[in-house]
Amino acid sequence: MRVCVVGCGAVGSLFAAHLAQLEEVEVWAYDLARDHVEAINRDGLRLSGVGELVGRMTATSEAAEIPRCDYGIVAVKSMHTDAALAATAGVFDDESAVCSVQNGIGNEETVAEHVRFVIRGTTFPAGHLIAPGQVGWDTKGDSWIGPFEPSGTPMGKVEGLAELVTRAGMPTHALADARSAQWTKAIFNAATNPVGALTGLAHGEVCDFEPTRRLVTQLCDEGKAVVAALAIELDHDPEEMVDHAARVAHDHKASMTQDVEARRQTEIDFLNGAIVERGEEAGVPAPLNRTMWALVKALEDSWALA
Amino acid sequence: MTRVCVVGAGVIGSLYAGHLAQVGEVSVLTRREGHAEALNAEGLHVSGKSERQAAVSATRDPAALPDVDLCIVATKATHLEAAAQALEGRLPGATIMTVQNGLGAEEIVRAHGDWPLISAVTFMSGTKHADTHVEYILDTETWLGPYESTPRESVDETAQLLASSGLKARAFDNLRPAQWSKLIFNATVNSVAALTGLPHDRHFAETARPDDLGRVVRELMEEGTRVAAAAAIELHEDPWDMNIHATQHGSAHYPSMLEDVQVRRPTEIDLITGSLVREADRLGVDVPQHRALYALVKGIEESW
Repeated sequence: MRVCVVGCGAVGSLFAAHLAQLEEVEVWAYDLARDHVEAINRDGLRLSGVGELVGRMTATSEAAEIPRCDYGIVAVKSMHTDAALAATAGVFDDESAVCSVQNGIGNEETVAEHVRFVIRGTTFPAGHLIAPGQVGWDTKGDSWIGPFEPSGTPMGKVEGLAELVTRAGMPTHALADARSAQWTKAIFNAATNPVGALTGLAHGEVCDFEPTRRLVTQLCDEGKAVVAALAIELDHDPEEMVDHAARVAHDHKASMTQDVEARRQTEIDFLNGAIVERGEEAGVPAPLNRTMWALVKALEDSWALA
Repeated sequence: MTRVCVVGAGVIGSLYAGHLAQVGEVSVLTRREGHAEALNAEGLHVSGKSERQAAVSATRDPAALPDVDLCIVATKATHLEAAAQALEGRLPGATIMTVQNGLGAEEIVRAHGDWPLISAVTFMSGTKHADTHVEYILDTETWLGPYESTPRESVDETAQLLASSGLKARAFDNLRPAQWSKLIFNATVNSVAALTGLPHDRHFAETARPDDLGRVVRELMEEGTRVAAAAAIELHEDPWDMNIHATQHGSAHYPSMLEDVQVRRPTEIDLITGSLVREADRLGVDVPQHRALYALVKGIEESW
């Protein structure tokens, strides 16, 4: 069994290092950061934080070196999905299934332009890059995967991947409809990430400070109204996720906050932007989500001035 | 010769002091001893839109201030209460002019004495390069109006004094409409600039794309305009027109709140956006966008 992790940042590394613990799984990590790739090949991929783990695998920046894989796990930033899949499409054939574990809405559609069977995925665990080959594991948690509806992915492939990842140490649930979980996480992310990114506060600090915590609730409420209009039922209340994350990941800085601090383009288009656009199609306004969207885009623009 | 005291020698206070010294005797009340010493030793240099080398007498001790005819309180709104306290029982013959952002500066000063008060807002801006050097960047007007029973002639005289020193000034019968226009403009532009890191540039006027910043700016200004309407204020100028006009200038202005955030100084958010939100609460007007930006700027301060 071969698995290719496409994008070995914080979240991709959590999957790759865990899967590498299974004897019958051969893990390939595709990532463009050459120093990261070299460190992984030399020393393995090391996780530290809420758990310690070293995963042995082959990492590469050259997709052509990767043999045919049974599964793909896509963990690049959403704006890089198309380029990453265009590069790695040859790794997958008509029997392979490729699962997105990315943030936000709209990634599976892009993956499906390059491969036959696509799996919709949402993951709660989070981390941050410490150094090449080393990733901080900030939060444990479950993942939820299900067939991407238009690609008709057989449930057996979904269950097979869920079983594999769960056995590797990351509890993963196979669902017939994974949209609920995905929207729950997207609303959670859209409500918390821009608030962290614009203020520099860690997740728990956003929740401890009453004015920002109230803003998170308002952003969640707008997202919930949009989802209700799309006739998707949420599997959890995103508010509960906010409070849960404040307990288990108090000092974790959201990935968007990490992006802003490193002056990297954020995933705001796929979070607040997606909520605003889907809301508009459904006739439900999301004015505060639009404000977060515009403020973070403007913040990205400000880096060009200096 | 008119005697003028300027309280607070930040950018705005320094611009007033540096110009007025041409036509009057200027004393300056500073917060730091070193600042007063430097001003006494070197004077005050104004560059940019005007070129001045002014002699001023500076002190950090309010008891050492000479009697004056006009006192301009130009501290940041965050330091206004302390400044008003320092003036209590002093400057018996003076008219006091407040130029703080936001609403309510006059009430704060009034609580400490019964001087005739002049309400003012200023659109000037500049950059302080040193304690004794300020660059005058935007040579826009100061607007003045009477507060309570201050006679209109006194406002006219003060406006003329400012004009004779080389500054731009305009007197109004009632400053409230202009104060509110500026409040709505400031509450929007300052907080958006502080959060995005952008100076007041073309982004603030762009509305074509769904994620364009101008849409947020317009929504914030519309919220503020609804508050003004509920307060029965007819705005002097439409804030969105002011925004369009200001972003067409050659060089983009760096709002003070953006500078505050960049050097991790407490911002004036409570006095600018805060006073708009408090008015909205009093009048029962919903201002979710201003509340959101208020929460975010407070969150930035919280992160320090």
